[in-house]
Amino acid sequence: MHTKPIPHAEAASAFLENKERVQWHDETLWFVRYKRDKIVNEIPEWEQLRDLASQIKDHTLSQLDQYLGQFEAAAIANGVTVHWAADAADHNRIVHSILAKHKAQKIVKSKSMLTEECHLNEYLETQGIEVVDTDLGERIVQLNKEMPSHIVLPAIHIKKEEVGEIFHQHLGTEKGASDPLYLALAAREHLRQKFLAADIAITGVNFAVAETGAIVVCTNEGNADLGAHLAKVHIACMGIEKLIPRTEHLSVFLRMLARNATGQNITAYSSHFRKPQPGSEMHIVIVDNGRTTQLGREAFRNSLKCIRCGACLNTCPVYRRSGGHSYHNATAGPIGAILAPNLDMRKNADLPFASTLCGSCTDVCPVKIDIHNQLYQWRQVLTQEGHVPAAKAAGMKVMAGVLASPARYSFAGKWARKLLRWFPSLALNKTFNPWAKQRDLPAPPKESFREWYQKNGGSK
Amino acid sequence: MSREKILAAVKQNKPAPVPLPEMLSFAYPVTDLTAAFTAAITKAGGATNIVKKGQPLTPAIKALFPDAQRIADFIEGDTTTNAALLQQPALLDVVVLKGQLGVAENGAIWVTDKDCVERVLPFITQHLVLVIDQPTLVGNMHQAYAVMGQQNPDYGVFIAGPSKTADIEQSLVIGAHGPRSMQVFIVEP
Repeated sequence: MHTKPIPHAEAASAFLENKERVQWHDETLWFVRYKRDKIVNEIPEWEQLRDLASQIKDHTLSQLDQYLGQFEAAAIANGVTVHWAADAADHNRIVHSILAKHKAQKIVKSKSMLTEECHLNEYLETQGIEVVDTDLGERIVQLNKEMPSHIVLPAIHIKKEEVGEIFHQHLGTEKGASDPLYLALAAREHLRQKFLAADIAITGVNFAVAETGAIVVCTNEGNADLGAHLAKVHIACMGIEKLIPRTEHLSVFLRMLARNATGQNITAYSSHFRKPQPGSEMHIVIVDNGRTTQLGREAFRNSLKCIRCGACLNTCPVYRRSGGHSYHNATAGPIGAILAPNLDMRKNADLPFASTLCGSCTDVCPVKIDIHNQLYQWRQVLTQEGHVPAAKAAGMKVMAGVLASPARYSFAGKWARKLLRWFPSLALNKTFNPWAKQRDLPAPPKESFREWYQKNGGSK
Repeated sequence: MSREKILAAVKQNKPAPVPLPEMLSFAYPVTDLTAAFTAAITKAGGATNIVKKGQPLTPAIKALFPDAQRIADFIEGDTTTNAALLQQPALLDVVVLKGQLGVAENGAIWVTDKDCVERVLPFITQHLVLVIDQPTLVGNMHQAYAVMGQQNPDYGVFIAGPSKTADIEQSLVIGAHGPRSMQVFIVEP
């Protein structure tokens, strides 16, 4: 965690080496985007829903302290124990203290990007506690000792033959098996035993309703519910930005979440937990971990409106062709690239540059986060704060000088055309000019348009 | 204390007040809610059976699950049998429960903890049967929450189809951790 990760561009190069896999990854995610478009277009009021969702979140953020207080009071009145965690370490300690109090050894966890962000599993491992991730995709990456590469489709980077090999090694399935049905059923049997034996279940939270103290968790597999209802203790971990004011607001978000995420009308289960099950305990851990700092950054605060649908990942041409792991952050893709620098500028300075700024992410965002605009603004902040590699910063500085002055621009153009004719390798040399790695330059023209115009028709 | 620290930071860093938008009420343009509901739940991997009020469900359920040994039917089944079956919920083949309302646009059925008997039942059973009254069908989620109003059960869940996953190469597999199938009985008045 303390060493600087492999920069995105470098990790992406490695990912791009396997052309077949890149194409498959690209096409699979684009298909999810296609399914999303298809189902979204069935809703005539989609744009109005986006406006509403965005405004509800804007409003909530503008009174977040009151809503947090209201939520806490309601949850306590419901018999839920509420905990507050300032950062990841705090969160992990709190979860561990609940496990320790119950002497829990068998823990099941459904999908929670927050616990990934806090590295909860690794922390608990150091305390001698094993957590079993129960979402099928998460279980696959957990057995393979990896992080999820996508916030909604954690194992999207893994081929079925590889899942077969992972399950053969860990679950004893037949060697060489690659049928998704066979593999998923094997995982079902394996995880059923874990659910039935679990002492404590940990879940994430999709929405937290201030007026009732209820939390809503959405899954297709039913794993959050199986865990939470079978174990004696349910711990739900949420970031402060999960709040919405009222129950009726769920209608807006539940109409959008699954449609935008996977192209389904709604997830198979949208579970509303308000009170603990009779005879059981329920805990909610409310986590900051940099979110209040982001709230204070005017240019970036509306990233906190995110409902983690993953649509910006599916649509992003850079994500689709570089894979989630190249972002070295729990949340990958465009949304990850605007959240990560807030957590650690030095470590994540490369991520806002992993974008073409095409704006597709902004177009599909259900809560209208101006993602590509924030990527652009992060680049400026990171450069000003000195987190951009010296060569890139120096190059930008030179370019800025050249582009700001017509005389310098014209002079530079003239010499570039000459030099490129004499020494074409200057631009095509891939170590000297990383931009040329996947690109070929056309032959430089003899003259610029300006020069041609002056000769051929320029009156003055 | 983290609590005070977080709340103070929010207070300091939050933007100027933004008004809460008026909740718009979106009409659902389809009149045949039963057909729309059936289409939505079928797409989600479930199926519907239309029956008349008063018509017994047990024969139809037996016909749908001819091999099922352990059927916990909380609508027509007898209490003693159900109580015995509840001793080992993990062995249940079929669970039959009442649903509060159905949403035509997405095929979701609202089931509360009271309907579930035990919260885990609709998830742990191999096959789930939900029974709803046709007049409880609503168009979309806005109408569903309007009907539910402030009832706020201790626990409630919208169930839209059997449990499923597409986590292996986006191939859809029905029956992830929960039910492998879902049958809905729509009872017409």
